[in-house]
Amino acid sequence: MTFSFASRERPPEVPAPFSSTVESNPELSCSEILRAFPNSWVVTKRNLRTMVRMPENFVFRLIQPLIFLLVFYYIAGGAIKIPGTGSAGYREFLIPGILAQTVTFAAASSSVGIADDMTKGLVDRFRTLPMSRPAVLSGRAFADLLQTAVTLLVLAGVSLAIGWRVHSGILPVIYALLLLLLVSFSLSWVGALIGLSVRTPEAASSGGLIWVFPVAFVSDAFVPVQTMPGWLQGIAYWNPFSAIVQACRTLLGSPGINRSGPWPIQHPIAAALLWSLVIGTIFASLAIRKYQRIDR
Amino acid sequence: MRALISADGLAKSFGGKPALDGVDLEVAAGTVLGLLGPNGAGKTTAVRVLTTLLRPDAGHAYVAGIDVLRHPAKVRRVIGVSGQYAAIDEYLTGRENLEMVGQLYQLKSRDAKHRARELLAWFELGDAADRTAKTYSGGMRRRLDLAAALVVRPPVLFLDEPTTGLNPHSRLMLWSVIAALAEDGTTILLTTQYLEEADRLAHNIVVVDRGRVIASGTSSDLKARVGGQRVEVIVRDLASIDTAAQLLSSLAKSEAEIERHARKITVAADHGVRTLADLAAELGQRDIAVDDMFLRRPTLDDVFLRLTGKAS
Repeated sequence: MTFSFASRERPPEVPAPFSSTVESNPELSCSEILRAFPNSWVVTKRNLRTMVRMPENFVFRLIQPLIFLLVFYYIAGGAIKIPGTGSAGYREFLIPGILAQTVTFAAASSSVGIADDMTKGLVDRFRTLPMSRPAVLSGRAFADLLQTAVTLLVLAGVSLAIGWRVHSGILPVIYALLLLLLVSFSLSWVGALIGLSVRTPEAASSGGLIWVFPVAFVSDAFVPVQTMPGWLQGIAYWNPFSAIVQACRTLLGSPGINRSGPWPIQHPIAAALLWSLVIGTIFASLAIRKYQRIDR
Repeated sequence: MRALISADGLAKSFGGKPALDGVDLEVAAGTVLGLLGPNGAGKTTAVRVLTTLLRPDAGHAYVAGIDVLRHPAKVRRVIGVSGQYAAIDEYLTGRENLEMVGQLYQLKSRDAKHRARELLAWFELGDAADRTAKTYSGGMRRRLDLAAALVVRPPVLFLDEPTTGLNPHSRLMLWSVIAALAEDGTTILLTTQYLEEADRLAHNIVVVDRGRVIASGTSSDLKARVGGQRVEVIVRDLASIDTAAQLLSSLAKSEAEIERHARKITVAADHGVRTLADLAAELGQRDIAVDDMFLRRPTLDDVFLRLTGKAS
């Protein structure tokens, strides 16, 4: 019996409550910026621990892109021809798209994580502590970043196993990975904003994913944009997701890249970096603002 | 004495429905204030405003002399908060939960560990320290949550219904902890639905209903207004209830409250068991059959009935 008190008749003799020298002090003011990193790291560690103790969530997030990869490759792959490539063309075309799509799932992970902390009152606890304001959200984003990194490595492993090959060098591959992680970090703030705005983790789970499908499909990721109706092509070319996928293809040296299109398609790496920074900055400020003004 | 917590005209509506409708309160340094009221009275909203979680639509609030609305970050350094729902991470152990809070206060790792160990022992969670909080009972969670609020020895503590839903053992233990903190000089604002809890822990009581303060004073002030103990009588025959009520009312020199559906009459028993005995003798003499008759302490319901003329 670990709950010893339940077996007693009287409340325990309470010893002197505080022997600790730790005292709170309103003037103990160290700057918010200085607190941001250590606070954020504490939250990151906590989120990683939680992930390890709930491996089922992580496993599902790992399986999801694998299913996409296998379904598209084996089922749709035969029907889709990529101009200017050989018989293995669709695989080389598809895999950067799947890698990029995987990264968007980080947003869903962030929104569920934040919504869960909201319903359990943990966000309230954090908001009453003298913490750096963005730390709860950035700690979430960093933890999801590491989760994304592991997922990407597993996915790359499976892709290599089904015959995918990188046609560039080791350095471009690292750049591609870093670019995808930057995208993951930016999208986590989109997820955080969704998580802060909904009432339940269930809503966050669907809300965090629902936008991913139109964004991922109306893009260059799964089918060539040239095959879409004209009005949709414009949207697809300017879709940030197309630039990200195109940037991955460029860095991984995929054959048969379509270079005809507006500026983001012609300069995909610059466009992808720009999109990530813009999306990250806008949604990080919105999410932090929302975090400070939770009103319920 | 200096007020360590004060609120002035706090108002807050959610979707047009007022949760706080001009609440004033003051808690002197080193005292415990019991904020007493039924569900939905606005207690939690008041605590959320005072603990920087919620911005009011109107009014001012100060904690330790700091303006809560202007300098929330400063306020957060002097308060400890333990909510109605234990705000702990279920997937972390008790120890990890407390160490995390210590680290967020930027204690040195060694200090955070030391403090966690100290609090776990004090809250009798030592044996469960390395189990995930998911395995904890409701009482253990609540104790861990309170421990988390005490990591840096805050001079001002907010406890939102700390014992609601707990079994008597856990409740008793939390009471002794809260009493020890008060003894130690911590200024505490405690919300509760239980008159007994406020009576036991609080120096002063503020009664709220529908976002307004409807009474305040010491526990004995309120009791004087409500009357002391009460006698409840359940008559066997509904037909006799009016006669019985009239009789009891005149003997007890108190207004009789009648609940027909329960065949229940309640009157004040200013002399406790003597009143009970007198009333019982008289009912016996008049041959009014009674199913049940007993003495009880006043409840929150009685306070409300007296203060608002309606049950809570």
